[in-house]
Order: sequence, then structure tokens, then C-alpha cells
Amino acid sequence: MSASPLIEIRDLRIRFHGDDGRVTHAVDSVDLSVANGATLGLVGESGCGKSVTSLAIMGLLPKQSAEISGAIRFDGFDLLKTPDQTLRDLRGNRLAMIFQEPMTSLNPSFTIGDQIIETILRHRGGSRKSARNRAIELLRRVHIPSPERRIDEYPHKLSGGMRQRVMIAMALACDPRLLIADEPTTALDVTLQAQILELMRELKAASGAAIILITHDLGVVAEVCDEVAVMYAGEIVERAPVDELFSAAQHPYTVGLLGSIPRLDHRAEQLATIEGMVPNMAQPPAGCRFAARCPFVLDACTKVPPRLLEVGPGHLSRCIRAPLERLVS
Amino acid sequence: MTALLEVTGLVKHFVAERSLLGRPLAHVKAVDGVSFSLEAGKTLALVGESGCGKSTVSRLVLRLIEPDAGSVRFDGRDLLSLDARGLRAFRREAQIIFQDPYASLNPRMTVGQILTEPLALHDLAPAPRRSERVAELLRLVGLEPRLARRYPHEFSGGQRQRIAIARALAVEPKLIICDEPVSALDVSIRSQILNLLRELQDRLGLAYIFVSHDLAVVKHIADHVAVMNLGQIVETAEADALFAAPRHPYSRALLSAIPVPKPRAKSSRIVLQGEIPSALNPPPGCRFHTRCPYVVDRCRSEMPRLVADGIGHATACHRTSELPSSEAIVRMDGGFSPVLEKLVAAFSGGPEAARGGGIRSLGAAPTSP
Repeated sequence: MSASPLIEIRDLRIRFHGDDGRVTHAVDSVDLSVANGATLGLVGESGCGKSVTSLAIMGLLPKQSAEISGAIRFDGFDLLKTPDQTLRDLRGNRLAMIFQEPMTSLNPSFTIGDQIIETILRHRGGSRKSARNRAIELLRRVHIPSPERRIDEYPHKLSGGMRQRVMIAMALACDPRLLIADEPTTALDVTLQAQILELMRELKAASGAAIILITHDLGVVAEVCDEVAVMYAGEIVERAPVDELFSAAQHPYTVGLLGSIPRLDHRAEQLATIEGMVPNMAQPPAGCRFAARCPFVLDACTKVPPRLLEVGPGHLSRCIRAPLERLVS
Repeated sequence: MTALLEVTGLVKHFVAERSLLGRPLAHVKAVDGVSFSLEAGKTLALVGESGCGKSTVSRLVLRLIEPDAGSVRFDGRDLLSLDARGLRAFRREAQIIFQDPYASLNPRMTVGQILTEPLALHDLAPAPRRSERVAELLRLVGLEPRLARRYPHEFSGGQRQRIAIARALAVEPKLIICDEPVSALDVSIRSQILNLLRELQDRLGLAYIFVSHDLAVVKHIADHVAVMNLGQIVETAEADALFAAPRHPYSRALLSAIPVPKPRAKSSRIVLQGEIPSALNPPPGCRFHTRCPYVVDRCRSEMPRLVADGIGHATACHRTSELPSSEAIVRMDGGFSPVLEKLVAAFSGGPEAARGGGIRSLGAAPTSP
């Protein structure tokens, strides 16, 4: 990793206070950093804290119920201590985000042009005419055919893949330094997914922006990410360069995830399964949070929470049994 | 060997627009001449992009919607000529499970009531024996019988899909249509449900029609695959043959787009340009010609027929014999490293995981928030 990362998250903790007084530990001691021009994959299953982490970066968590501590350093700011006004200047400008469901993130009563132009005028100023020209240029960059015509259409007239491209165009309107993409292709067919991933690669090469890609699809991760962080029950359990993760995973949860994907080149009779359930995060277990579902569990695992330790160059694992090679040799 | 299900020339056009007097003005050609057959105990997967008609086909086969033309024969009977009573008997033999188990279970009924309903409706077990049968069904799908007293909201997504499967199994069907059964589930839960479907098939001799857009899942579960584009089957073959060498340009593009869990996998990806044409107004000739990289003049005017090659691999393309070899189309992940392969095996077969067989009772713990 480079010496001065674009974004650096230190010891991020997020707790939600429910109406009934229950406190849910959504994210615990998360450390992450992404260098300029790099793509970090944030992987995990529903409820592991990956989306909450990204919403914390964007400053989009509800102030009343979310208790956040730690530091998120971005471009000279600590985002957790930045006043709302400054955050609003950053969002959509140097920080941008795209979501899984483009239909719910576009306003149905404005044309796509209006929505992109609004972003440009808000952050860049200038005349409406020049903003419109830039919007057309952006739509062309994301390969929307005849953008001069499409710009005046409403979101419902566009297909799912088109809408996602409009979302990307909007996110790129002000040349963000960091793009957070939360499951950007999950709702799309494989052919459209391939187009969107291709587009993200192109844009990264052209602009040098950093990307945090949140996904549960390890195939997508293998394709576009440089580094991967695997989350489980609010914690990062493994972090590694992408080649390392897919060749020598060092956390049992990652092993289970990799084993549970159906594979194209051999037909296993049985896929690996991860038995049991995610722990109740109102009362996280005392030791390792994965212990109850881990086939390699030892007594010690249930007593003390394991630390995220380096097991190889740039490769960290939160497992006292790592390196895992020892278990099968 | 006669097929369990024989579908011939199935057509369904939905009216998209009517005139003031109710005369249809435009039709969506959702299904336009689809034929296939399925043997007992086998799995046929229908694949294709959103809107290709794969879900409509599955509903036509169950006569949940009425086709405009074509025939469906199930176990020797002509489904389209069945009266209400015959249709009801048929419903015992063919069932369907949906993508979203949240939406397909009645939230105000306990799991026991949900599973008793089909037994009572079809008079399959005398009242005193029903709770016994419910317990048996729950065990069959890997849930503990005591869970029968709980309500659907107390279960996780994967468990709810198990309940939906148990309900389908209650009537002892021969065919289950699985419409995107694992698309809404997390990766690790997905593998549990896929394993369960496979074990049930082996144990009970079920036939499946598996509708999915996840091609790696299809490769894992299907014996035969039919690739659909805009209401028509463009290629059908045994799963292994199709994935080894897809022939139709559309199948090639579809299969080459599957992301594989291997960084820097060799890529021969065909990224399709242009939008999917509307089924409201499908292009003349071959319906794929607007996006096909191999298009020639003939494709624009003449619709290709689905032609089989003698070993059960059929393709609807004028240029099948002229196209380049397609052997390296599907990106192979080359397998895991030997150490990782061993770890995965140890993960699923380790001393702790060996407690039960493949179908295991899951803990009753209600879901975390």
C-alpha cells in the first residue's frame, strides 16, 4: 500500500441505539485504507456491517440513533468531525456513491438531465448551458447512446442497466477522488454486469479515482479489485491483496465463502456450507465472533477476541489458527 | 423413455395496449414458440436476461396462465384440455417455489398450519396423522419439527426457503418449478439450499425446472439447459456440453460474462453492445441480430430454426457451422490452490461439521435483527 492513502479509517466503531434501549454493535474496530487509483473490495453477507461502514464514510447515518467513534481521514479532513455544511460540499463532489437499486436513487419526477445538471451546478457553479453540455458529455462517457436525446428522458423510460449508467454518470459529474459502489451490479443481468464492470475499470484508468466496491459476489471481486477486506459480524476478519486472498485465504470464514460458490470448471456434488447463524449483535460473543460456526474452533477461540494480525506481506487475519496451511498438512 | 413433461410450440402474447373499444393494439410476445421436454428426476434450467420469457414459460407449464397456442403434456396427459377437477389433481403433481420466500408464506399462519393446508386440501393424510406428516416434512428439509409452532417472521431467509420447499413437497409432486430460488439469499445460505434441492432430487426422484439468471448456479444444478432470448429458445443442450462449448452467439456472450472467482483469469469476454430490444416489437429475422457480432444480411430477414445436431445439442443460428470455435468462451477458474482445496474440504467435512449428513437440523435460534 502506498505511503499516504487517500482515505484512512482508524478504529471505526458504530453502535445503533434502538427505541427499546437495545444497543446493536454494527461495526467494531474497523481499520481500512485505500490508495489513490486502487480498488478495495468490501465483502461479506447481509448484516456484516459493510454498507454501514460506507454510509459512515458518506456521513449518511442517522445522528440520533448511531453512535460513531474512531477516525475517517480523507483528503485532509476527519469526516467524523467535519461540520455538515462541509460534508455537503464533499458529497457528490470529491466523495461519490452509487447504490444497488438505481430506480430508488433517481428522482422519478425529474429528467435525468435535470438531476445531473443539479449536481454540477451545486458543486461547480457556472451556467446552466455549460452544465448541460457537461451532462451530455458524461452520459456519452458511460456509453449511453444518443445522449443529446436521452438527457431529457425520465428515469422510468430507461432500462435497469441504463439507469445504473446514469447513476454512475451522476457520481462522476464532479470527478470524485473516491467512489463508493454498493452492490452496483447485483440487480443486473450478467451481460449488463459485464458492461458496468468494464465501465468502472475504464473510468478508474482514466481518472485515477479510488473505488470501494461493496459486494457479496466473489467473482466480481476477483475481477475488479486490487485488495479485499472480508467482514463478518461487524469486524474485518481478513484483509489481503486479491491474488493472495483467492490463493491462500487465511480465515475460516473466507474459506467457507469460497467453498460455497458454485464453480464453473468442476461439478462438486456438495457445496461447502457455513452452518449456524450470525451471532446476535446486541450481545456479541466474548471470543471470536465466528467461533460458533467454525469447524476449526478451539477452546481458546471462545475465550478471548482474536486480533487482526499480519500473516504475510499485506495479509491480515483475525484467527488464532492462522496460518491455516498447518491445519491440512 | 417417455418424458415427464413435453412442451410443444408454446405461445403467449400479452396485450400491452388497447384501443378505446378494448381492441388490442400492441402485444408483448413474451413466449413465442417454445418447445422442450423433461424426463423424470432430471433438471432443466431456463436461462436468459430479464424479460426473455423464462418465468412466463414456467407459469404456462403449470397453467397458472393460459397459453395462446401450443401443447403441454405431463405424464401422458394433455394439460390444456383438463377440466377444473383434472387441473386440481395435476396441482398435486407439479409445484412451484419462488424467489422471495418472505412474500410467499402467509405471515399470519404458523409453519404447522402452512404445511397442513395442502394436506387437508388434497386430503392426503387423515387429520390425526397430519402433525406427524408435518414433522416429517420439516425433517426432510433440515428443520426441527418443534419449529412448526412458529411464524414465518421468526425465521431467516434460508429457513423460510426451506419452509416453502417443505410446502411444495407436502403433496409429493413429481415436478417442482424453482423460479430463482436462491437469488435473494446470501452466498453461504445459497449453497445450503442448492445442496438441499439436490439431495431431495436424489432421494425423491423429483424433476426440476430451474429458472435462474445465475449461470454458475445453473452449471452446478442442471442436467439440461435452454437458453432463451426474447421469448424463444436459441440453444438447448446438456449442461456440460453447453458450458464446454456454447454455439449460439447469444449463449457465447452470456456465458463469457460470468465473473469467476480467480483474479486475472484468462478473458475472452464478449461484451454485448446495444440494448436488449423490446419484446413489444421484436426485430424481424433472428431476434438477436441487433446485438450479434456475427450478423449477416440473412439474419435480418429470415428467422433461424432450432436445429439439433443428433446428440441433443440444438442451436437456432444460420451461421452455426461457420462460427469460430467456442471452446475457451467460458472462463475457467482453474481451481483453487491445492492448500485452499484441502481447506475447503476440511471446512465442510471437518470433525465438527461431520455431526450430521448433508441434511442437518438447523438450530431454532430466531434471526438476529
